[in-house]
Amino acid sequence: MARPNTQLPYIVALLMIIGCALIGFRHWVSGIPFLPGATQTIWAVEATIEFEADAGPIQASFTLPSDRAKYIRVNERTASPGFGLRFVEDGQTRRAEWSIREARGKQTLYYLTELKVAHNPEAKAPVKPEIEKPRFLGSVATTATAILTAAHQTSIDNFSLARELIKTFKKPNEQAQLLLQKSTASDRIVELLMLADVPAREIDVLVLKDGGRKQPLRTWIQVFDGNDIAYFDPTGKYNPEQIEWLIWEQNDDAVIELIGGHGATIGFSMLKKQVPIIARLQEPENQVGLLNTSIHSLPLSEQSLFKGILLVPMGVLLVVFMRILIGLKTSGTFMPVLIALAFMQTSLVTGLIGFLLIVGVGLLIRSYLSRHNLLLVARIALVIISVVLIMALFSVLSFRFGLSEGLKLTLFPMIILSWTIERMSILWEEEGAKEVFRQGGGSLFVAILGYLIMSNNWVQHLTFHFLGLQFIFMALVLLCGSYTGYRLLELKRFRSFTEG
Amino acid sequence: MFNPLPLYRTYKSLKQKGIMGMNCRNIRFISRHNKRSLYPLVDDKLKTKKLAIAHNVNVPELLSVVSEQHDIPRIFKTIESAQGFCIKPAQGSGGKGILVVLRSEDGSWQRTNGKVLSKPEIERHLSNILAGIFSLGGKSDVAIVEELIQVDPIFQAFTHQGVPDLRIIIFRGFPVMAMMRLSCNESKGKANLHQGAVGVGIDILSGRAVNAVQHGNPVTIHPDTQQPLIDLVVPQWQDMLHLACACYDMTGLGYLGVDIVLDKVKGPLLLELNARPGLAIQVANNSGLLPRLSAVETINTPQDINARLDIMRDVLQRISH
Repeated sequence: MARPNTQLPYIVALLMIIGCALIGFRHWVSGIPFLPGATQTIWAVEATIEFEADAGPIQASFTLPSDRAKYIRVNERTASPGFGLRFVEDGQTRRAEWSIREARGKQTLYYLTELKVAHNPEAKAPVKPEIEKPRFLGSVATTATAILTAAHQTSIDNFSLARELIKTFKKPNEQAQLLLQKSTASDRIVELLMLADVPAREIDVLVLKDGGRKQPLRTWIQVFDGNDIAYFDPTGKYNPEQIEWLIWEQNDDAVIELIGGHGATIGFSMLKKQVPIIARLQEPENQVGLLNTSIHSLPLSEQSLFKGILLVPMGVLLVVFMRILIGLKTSGTFMPVLIALAFMQTSLVTGLIGFLLIVGVGLLIRSYLSRHNLLLVARIALVIISVVLIMALFSVLSFRFGLSEGLKLTLFPMIILSWTIERMSILWEEEGAKEVFRQGGGSLFVAILGYLIMSNNWVQHLTFHFLGLQFIFMALVLLCGSYTGYRLLELKRFRSFTEG
Repeated sequence: MFNPLPLYRTYKSLKQKGIMGMNCRNIRFISRHNKRSLYPLVDDKLKTKKLAIAHNVNVPELLSVVSEQHDIPRIFKTIESAQGFCIKPAQGSGGKGILVVLRSEDGSWQRTNGKVLSKPEIERHLSNILAGIFSLGGKSDVAIVEELIQVDPIFQAFTHQGVPDLRIIIFRGFPVMAMMRLSCNESKGKANLHQGAVGVGIDILSGRAVNAVQHGNPVTIHPDTQQPLIDLVVPQWQDMLHLACACYDMTGLGYLGVDIVLDKVKGPLLLELNARPGLAIQVANNSGLLPRLSAVETINTPQDINARLDIMRDVLQRISH
């Protein structure tokens, strides 16, 4: 008979490991945050392409934004009535190709993408451009060399060289103005960098401004130094370190290539949104993978049912805690959990008042019934009927007085109430009112505590999204079940041993 | 601010004194030494009684057993000549539902406090027992009608109404700790400590009082009779120990609370057994159970009760030194 629990530590450890592993998986792989309010920033970017059709077949090829390590594309859509659409991926670049056999007049194509602000592990690093030394002629060549030499002297690396050149062209002196006569500043800067054997290119960048409308793409400069890449705004208007921006095109391609149309303009509008992560998880496109079999894959009505059920272990754990570690007496082992669940439906104050009213009136009726010589089953049946009547009465009365809260009283589990009334009245007869208040108070205390814990947003979030937590609960209950130390209230009970 | 340090000190101090807590009792002793299948032997007083009779352990005489509603009126025939009787639910716990009935001078029935008890009231009590009011979980029960115990006059000075009883903890057949429970006015004649009865720790070696408590606080005199409690010496002590030890052999329960009463004619009688005896006995003895329990846990139990008592004497003397 005497068998010490040698397996128990292993079972507890196993449950803990399973629980933690599941929780870890849900958090780091499925991306469920530990905090319920956690949101993510989503940029919704819409590109509007407008052009005039030349009354013939049209093909519009639009470069789509390149992956950048800071953003993950979560969604994309196009709207282009009558056009056929395909996405083409060609090495570094993705393109959307719209085509139509015939169209007339002004055409508008929309491309909408949603980007999550998060580290993108799949982003490809930009390819370093080949050095193509520009061929300057005559005075341009001399001037270019002079500017480069001056910039070189005040710089230490590729990036500071680029910075110096930008400074030169921002407030152009005579030399620089000569170069700007036939080309743009960014073009010239890239040429000069190439001349200095620095890999660089012009890229098309979209500066992300919350609520921005009809924004153009801007030409920035991408500079390489070994494996490092830096970005510069040649106009000096934006500091790439401090604002949010998106590389739209970085492979020296045209952003829009139009066949069969003319006068293409592209405008961008964008919106920054804070989206709760959990809401995103409930979208159907995020329900993939067998290991991701979460409660989310259930229909919504079942989900909300489970939300309640998954809280029960939390309450049960509380009862175990209260009885084994604290030593609190409750009437009926898990009755407090059921009362707490009822409180969740009714809200605490309404529930508490309703509970006390029903049990109080029930006790009065029960004490009247005890005067008659009735058998137990019949007596409990009568108490159940009275409880139903009391509930109905309170609901009607509170509705008459305009308190819709009273209607919620019917959410109390009837059998539990009747049984409580029966046990309490027997307790009253045998042990007196003191014991009734002690045990009833203990039950209510645990129920209220259970309600406070179970109605906590964070607890609800954790129990609902992390099934692994249930394994942890099991491990904790096992630990409590093998605890042979004193209960907290026993320290008081045995106080006579420690005095004197 | 909540300061856990004094609590920790108390915890340490209790542990050092070998006080047994509820969790420890449940896990280390009850679940290890008491087989679940043996519980009905002690939870059902009728079974205990029959078992005791079969093992020649003295019990109060059984007058009648009522197991059906229609048997109720019949019991008045069996108690016609009795001076008093006691009705108990067979599966009641904690002294619930026990009704002690005395013959009053005019021949009618009354309670111990002198209140007149009508026939229908007695019938109703029996019907309640049958319906299972007093049994755990409300399952239907039977009522036992017993002969009344005649309190040994030696206890007259130490009790108010009610019958004082002796609780001995028997662990693997060894008597480890004993306590006398004295009813008083506050406990309404009941010998339950949590209802206010006085608990007197009794020395296993001598049967003498060692310490007394009421509501967990030390007391020196009986609150109603003003008798100094330290003067209490349990008569026929060795017989009581023998009776208690025999209960281990008859039930096979390793951790057992034996409740004994002393009848002035019949001597020690087994009142009831308890497979989950409470912890208050430690407070009454001002001594922890754990040192004694650990000391006998590894000793093989001899068949002969006298040999067990000898071993226990040695163990107790060793512990007290």
